[in-house]
Amino acid sequence: MAEARRVNRMWRNMNAKIAAVPMILTTLVVFVGGTAWTVLYSFTDSKLLPRERFVGFDQYERLWSNSRWLTSIENLMIYGVLSLVFTIVIGFLLAVAMDQKIRFEDTFRTIMLYPFALSFIVTGLVWQWILNPEFGIQSIVRGLGWESFTFNPLNNPDLVLYGLLIAGLWQGTGFVMCLMLAGLRGIDEDIWKAARVDGIPTWKTYIQIILPMMRPVFITTLVIVAAGIIKLYDLVVAQTSGGPGNASQVPAMYVYDYMFQAQNLGQGFAASTMMLLTVLIVLIPWAYLEFGGKKHG
Amino acid sequence: MKTFKLATALVASVALPAAAFATDLEVTHWWTSGGEAAAVAELANAFNAAGDNWVDGAIAGGGSTARPIMISRITGGDPMGATQFNHGQQALELVEAGLMLDLTDVAEAEGWKDKVFPPSLLDACTVDGRIYCAPVNIHSPEWLWLSNQAYADAGLPVPANWTEFVASGPQLEAAGKIPLALGNQAWQSNLAFNAITVAVAGLDVWKQVNVDKNMDVAAGPEMAAVFTAVGDARKLAANSTVQDWNQATNLVLNGQAGGQIMGDWAQGEFQVAGKVAGTDYTCLPGLGLNAYLSTGGDAFYFPKNRSADVEAAQKRLAALLVSPEVQVAFNLKKGSLPIRGDIDLEAANDCMKKGLEVLASGNLVPSGDMSWSPDVVKQNEDLMVEFFKSGMAPETAHQQWVSNLESGL
Amino acid sequence: MVDATIPANTRTDAEPRGAKPKRALSGRNIMIYGTLLVFSLYYLLPLWVMVMTSLKGMPEIRMGNIFAPPVEITFEPWVKAWSQACTGLNCDGLSRGFWNSVQILIPSVILSIVVASVNGYALTFWKFKGSDIFFTILIFGAFIPYQVMLYPIVILLREMGLYGSLWGLVLVHTIFGMPILTLLFRNYFSTIPEELFKAARVDGAGFWSIYAKILMPMSLPIFVVAIILQVTGIWNDFLFGVVYTKPDLYPMTVQLNNIVNSVQGVKEYNVNMAATLLTGLVPLFIYFVSGKLFVRGIAAGAVKG
Repeated sequence: MAEARRVNRMWRNMNAKIAAVPMILTTLVVFVGGTAWTVLYSFTDSKLLPRERFVGFDQYERLWSNSRWLTSIENLMIYGVLSLVFTIVIGFLLAVAMDQKIRFEDTFRTIMLYPFALSFIVTGLVWQWILNPEFGIQSIVRGLGWESFTFNPLNNPDLVLYGLLIAGLWQGTGFVMCLMLAGLRGIDEDIWKAARVDGIPTWKTYIQIILPMMRPVFITTLVIVAAGIIKLYDLVVAQTSGGPGNASQVPAMYVYDYMFQAQNLGQGFAASTMMLLTVLIVLIPWAYLEFGGKKHG
Repeated sequence: MKTFKLATALVASVALPAAAFATDLEVTHWWTSGGEAAAVAELANAFNAAGDNWVDGAIAGGGSTARPIMISRITGGDPMGATQFNHGQQALELVEAGLMLDLTDVAEAEGWKDKVFPPSLLDACTVDGRIYCAPVNIHSPEWLWLSNQAYADAGLPVPANWTEFVASGPQLEAAGKIPLALGNQAWQSNLAFNAITVAVAGLDVWKQVNVDKNMDVAAGPEMAAVFTAVGDARKLAANSTVQDWNQATNLVLNGQAGGQIMGDWAQGEFQVAGKVAGTDYTCLPGLGLNAYLSTGGDAFYFPKNRSADVEAAQKRLAALLVSPEVQVAFNLKKGSLPIRGDIDLEAANDCMKKGLEVLASGNLVPSGDMSWSPDVVKQNEDLMVEFFKSGMAPETAHQQWVSNLESGL
Repeated sequence: MVDATIPANTRTDAEPRGAKPKRALSGRNIMIYGTLLVFSLYYLLPLWVMVMTSLKGMPEIRMGNIFAPPVEITFEPWVKAWSQACTGLNCDGLSRGFWNSVQILIPSVILSIVVASVNGYALTFWKFKGSDIFFTILIFGAFIPYQVMLYPIVILLREMGLYGSLWGLVLVHTIFGMPILTLLFRNYFSTIPEELFKAARVDGAGFWSIYAKILMPMSLPIFVVAIILQVTGIWNDFLFGVVYTKPDLYPMTVQLNNIVNSVQGVKEYNVNMAATLLTGLVPLFIYFVSGKLFVRGIAAGAVKG
């Protein structure tokens, strides 16, 4: 009996281990292995094909003296912060509005969510068109009689990031709204009742009680939105191709262009290593909080 | 299923008496516009008529979209039968890694050495004395395309060269025209820069910089003058906001813009729109100053394959691409210049004939694609697009440009 | 935190729970519906432009106002996008890639969801030493730009002998879908009471039987979320489809790219828009049918972290 149980337990653990094999292989071989490979070759002068001719930090020196790369980093930071803030604020506000027992909830939700089904290529293309000064919003408003109206963000280096933002928010906020709405729906009705009995105003309840309770939703949202921001590529290519000039360049475009167009793998790998390093800096504290501080949660 | 459908679609019009010996050959390229596809169809028809089977693998979005896919396929061990590259340094490492088929025996049997003109095209295919690609056409970027209508509207004569063009700029602008149409994409700014270099600085400087790679000349006063000239061009292009080159061509075509610096492929757009060279538009090779054209172009490479049948078919295609009949048929559709000097292009239009004259007179300079690595070209593209779209001082751009070149020495 | 002694009018479904509206036309309602309507306008504008443009002929587009409805409705662009637009020599439009996309989509969605759900299950109930580390690395993987991984994956697939095959592509989709899906499944499963799991184990149920008999039936909503995310992501994928397969397997997005991205020749905006809408139909359809389940599924999948 005892022996059978031991075998049985081992068998069970075996199954769990077998089940974890794809994940372990993916993390080790693809994510860790691929990253290590990328980092290793970022120290070489690989051109079209990877080769082991090590050149120390040359690629990094060149990278950080390249004005396009510096612009890319700056753009990503501005776009990233604005996009995170606006996505979460708009997503949350819309979710709150949707959660007021409104009519036509299904319709509103579908309207907000459908852009998420379309690819960034399409998003970029459509918004490039709507923002086009010759036949988009600017020409329509001028046609209505306001002759001096100017709205041409995609051709103005100072405004182009906002042009991207309008498109990016259009595509992504609906999804975040759904995440937030789901979070709101997950909150116990009793909490609302208690708050009302205590005479706390609704807006105060949201800020002081509901928001802190939705921390997990915010974390999920943050991971999904931030991952999208770091990888931002298709939208920019489709909407502005990084222009005017280099005003809307982003790091992922630099990586891709230098890996494949310039056929300078070493430079591309150095740039991607810097991107991954940034992610790591953000992610390690998160992992620490998530797993280190969970026991007393 | 799919392959079958594709194959039948392709050979539907072609009788196949030699079907038993036909070999499928997948050919990848990035020629997807109307005129380009028509030109590729000429290649495919000729290949199919010779008894083989062309399986088309077109990928749109230009070389930058298509090349990573091609390179991945080749290094992934699942190569296509043949693939387009701009010849020069793009495929050099693939050749060096032994992934490309040696075509030297085909070249010798067909006598490419004597027929390919200018010979620099074949040199670009040659690595260590062996030939690895079949050139199919010549593209020259140094053309100024002018809208006769825009000048008529402004009451001005059509300029005969770049200097006159720049001088006419303010008056054109006063007449509500964009003097110089320029697309936002980086390569177009770089193309304009190179064209202005050939035109303003002349052949010697171009050769010293791009062939001898003399950095003192690159940093010298002649090039400084080029940067000043490009600074002038920048002012003329300030109101141009289009993205693609053909949208810019369209501005010239309908008289909204005075001119555009673009390669010979732009005339395809004029042709499609039914415009006539000389009356509707004017073309100035070498911007009308120095009638020199640089010669880059497209070539086909043949990745090494395991099957002997495929290799035989690859060699048949290579020979076919350079043959006179295919050269005529292909280049007429493509609007580019043929790679051999021994054929007659009767049907060519005026602008194409101007190009052929320059070609025949030997006023040729090797293109930057051939002498500089893609890495240097890309850095210059980044620089030029920034220069054209910002207030960067010409001196700053000049310095940066020299250091870009130095990174490729 | 909150006094919970008030008698609870318990509701278990996912109905709205905000403060109850009072009058139909209160200032509050005007504000709520006003906000929703303004945002709806923002979300709908591009769709309107796309649909209207796809129904116009090119001359009308050149003259006109992109927001105006067509003077003369034509379905030509739709026909052209579906069956005539050219990719190089093959002029059969998007139809060429449609079945390829389906052929890629189905195994990729199934495999990626099975693997991710088992991951989430193992990470929740069968934690092993270091499982949190693997999970953290997975989340890190969500941030890696795909372009960076192109070459390593080419090498990997070549060594496995899967390069250029359908299964190679399915594997790639499974790998890159894993981070976010695993996160969602893990979060969802952690809302399931552990007692349930323990009881099943006491009854002698093993790893797979608990997964199949207890968890799967309870987890329909999160599976719906996963399906929606994967269908959208895989259907819209261009890069992997074109890099890891060959022309006879190219998905529909390759033709879409070829139609939309054709840098040369006249841009046929109407055909572009029709092609765009046609390509988007499958994910859009899934959204319209399962929107409600989507919110419910996310409600459960994202609430607990």
